[in-house]
Amino acid sequence: MKTCMELFFSFLQIGAFSFGGGYAAIPLIQGQVVDHHGWLTMAEFTDLITISEMTPGPIAINSATFVGIRVAGIPGALASTLGCVLPSCIIVILIAKLYLKYRDMSWLQTILQTLRPAVVAMIGAAGVSILISAFWGSGAAIALAETRWHLVVIFTVCVIMLEKRKMNPILVMVSAGGMNLVYALAAQYLMR
Amino acid sequence: MEKNKILKKLFISTLYLSAFTFGGGYVIVSLMQKKFVDELHWIEESEMLDLVAIAQSSPGAIAVNGAIVVGYKLAGLVGALTAIVATIIPPFVIISVVSTFYTLFKDSFLVAKMLEGMQAGVGAVIATVVYSMGAGVAATKSVFSLVILAGAFFASCICKVNVVYIILVCITLGVVRTFWVQGRKS
Repeated sequence: MKTCMELFFSFLQIGAFSFGGGYAAIPLIQGQVVDHHGWLTMAEFTDLITISEMTPGPIAINSATFVGIRVAGIPGALASTLGCVLPSCIIVILIAKLYLKYRDMSWLQTILQTLRPAVVAMIGAAGVSILISAFWGSGAAIALAETRWHLVVIFTVCVIMLEKRKMNPILVMVSAGGMNLVYALAAQYLMR
Repeated sequence: MEKNKILKKLFISTLYLSAFTFGGGYVIVSLMQKKFVDELHWIEESEMLDLVAIAQSSPGAIAVNGAIVVGYKLAGLVGALTAIVATIIPPFVIISVVSTFYTLFKDSFLVAKMLEGMQAGVGAVIATVVYSMGAGVAATKSVFSLVILAGAFFASCICKVNVVYIILVCITLGVVRTFWVQGRKS
């Protein structure tokens, strides 16, 4: 029970102070989980980051589940996940409430009009970094000769499926994975 | 529409979207745009951008915040709770299972290739969503908006500035603009 409370308050801090999403949360999680409480070793923490990159879901939620189960089983996982999302819940709902109430005021409209193009740009930037990592691998330099062209082709096919055929985006994502798998298996077979 | 029906649809859609958000919070934002704006027409595009800004400027994961704000907008507090539970279930279940079979999973050739290909697919989903949103911004024919768009892209993509700072700068510019517009009127 005491451990569950510790998990809850630890992840409450992570949830409350990780601004900007995704990788901004990693040092905070490390601080709590590895340095402060010693729930995971650094090697286990690195594994956790790898698992998070390979599975769906935000890194903070993945860590909460992973650490919680390790330390105190399913109740631990529930306690840490709850702690992690509680600050979001309160703050987001509060801002959303204010937004829905005041959005027709002209001053707020001006501010929102200024903000909207920036939001588009930030989503675009996230897309670009995902594509860079797909086409050139993470951490590698961007060089024309190093381009993984089969992934560029898969990307192009996906764009056509989405734009021309209006296909379901999740179906498109899964078929992209399937196409790459078929390509890799074929390449392996031909190499032999 | 009946509230129970909205909640049910919200729960199922969010559960389904969350199970496929590989590659960070913006993926779920793009998927939500396709689902709730383009397909169901429950939210307008400009409103969706405002909701994303709220999700970005609050602490916590963007995917979770995005689900909360969309749920709240569609069905109030109950909607927010429904969306958050639906968003958490997939990673919770998947991590519980994967952490047990971790080494098997990590070294699997099939999993690695599948994920590599899905990155290209995720990139395509985001690209099409950004294209349609960007067309919306361009249609306003406002030079100011285009400068903000370019500046924010540069700051985020090239300089890797935390999104919270970008939002704060834009809000400040918006406030300055509000005073400027009011000053001109009087």
